[in-house]
Amino acid sequence: MLEVGNLACSRGDHRLFSGLCFTLQPGQLLQVQGANGSGKTSLLRTLCGFIQPDEGEILWHGKRVRDLGEDYYAELLYLGHLNAIKDELNALENLQMSAGLAGYTISEKQAVSVLRRMGLQRREHLPVRVLSQGQRRRVALARLLTSDAHLWILDEPLTALDVGAVGLMQELIGEHLSKGGMTIFTTHQPLQVAGVETRQLTLS
Amino acid sequence: MNKLSLMGLFGLVVRRDLLLAMRRRADVLTTLIFFVMVVSLFPLGVGPEIDMLRKMASGVVWVAALLASMLSLPRMFSADYADGTLEQMMLAPQSLSVLVLGKIVAHWMLSGLPLALIAPVLGLQFDMSAPALWTLVLTLLLGTPVLSMIGAIGAALTLGLRGGGVLVSLLVLPLCIPVLIFGAGAVDAVTSGMSVASNMSLLGAFMLFALVFTPFVAAQALRISME
Repeated sequence: MLEVGNLACSRGDHRLFSGLCFTLQPGQLLQVQGANGSGKTSLLRTLCGFIQPDEGEILWHGKRVRDLGEDYYAELLYLGHLNAIKDELNALENLQMSAGLAGYTISEKQAVSVLRRMGLQRREHLPVRVLSQGQRRRVALARLLTSDAHLWILDEPLTALDVGAVGLMQELIGEHLSKGGMTIFTTHQPLQVAGVETRQLTLS
Repeated sequence: MNKLSLMGLFGLVVRRDLLLAMRRRADVLTTLIFFVMVVSLFPLGVGPEIDMLRKMASGVVWVAALLASMLSLPRMFSADYADGTLEQMMLAPQSLSVLVLGKIVAHWMLSGLPLALIAPVLGLQFDMSAPALWTLVLTLLLGTPVLSMIGAIGAALTLGLRGGGVLVSLLVLPLCIPVLIFGAGAVDAVTSGMSVASNMSLLGAFMLFALVFTPFVAAQALRISME
């Protein structure tokens, strides 16, 4: 369970938001909304611990995230604007490396099947630099399928994706929630997960 | 799905950086070729005065090694920073210091180690004696890791800044002066028939000291740069 209490954050002298409170229970989906520059990405990065909040607390299962440190990171999967994939490596190597950085190993067979599901069959051994923008995003999103993290924090996961991939994302998030996971995301496109109510958090 | 141990993660980071360097060989060769060029220019510029060359050999090789290792420093974290991999590294459920140490070790294997291995060949141009050549290789093997480790702090602090490359050199070079003095001093000691023990022990001490503190400091510097 993620609890956020009285959170305030500013970039430079500009106060982005203050007094922000919300709770996220297992199986819940939270969409962060707001105009450009309203602090959506800053909020997500604060939840990941990249940015120190000016005020307020972030609690994971009742303990402060700051004190939990690496134990919290083991439960967290963050997907930012940047894909975190290497142009020089192929999709398979990228997936195995990012799994390694997240603290676990996956076999080649498993990685291949995950990439298949992401619609990247016969692209596994191509260097990522020859793939299209949408395909690169799919390589990055393939991490969602290998991870067993409980909390997904997705910053604009649908950028550059086609209709089929957006459908796949809805499916993936649905599966994750049904297993008791939690998801926080931002998007400017509609994203509906069947059978789950999307909670809204609007920053202004 | 198997959990990765701390050593496993360290190995993965080293392997990953070496693999990336192999796919992008030009970066590695730049450092080495710069080193070879700078050292080779001195005999040409100074002329065939063998006594003078012999005297300045250790200093020239060491200064060139110092400058060559500065060349690759800005690239230590910048690629990972630009494509978002560094964010994921910060979220690794293991100590960031160990990850940083892995990157430092890979950086040394690609920039420091080749310099130490090719140094004897360059030393021949200065008519260095065999014991002096051995000492030179040994001091470089002990000293270049310190350059990579101190350099990592500079590279982490200047991440994402414009003109970061010059700033790294300004930050790191003064801190590397002790390594230069004792590294070149050891070779001079051998040529004048004195014991190298004190110089070598000091270089070893620098390395151990840096090994303990710099990964942690560099990791903190990275966290500051990411905000």
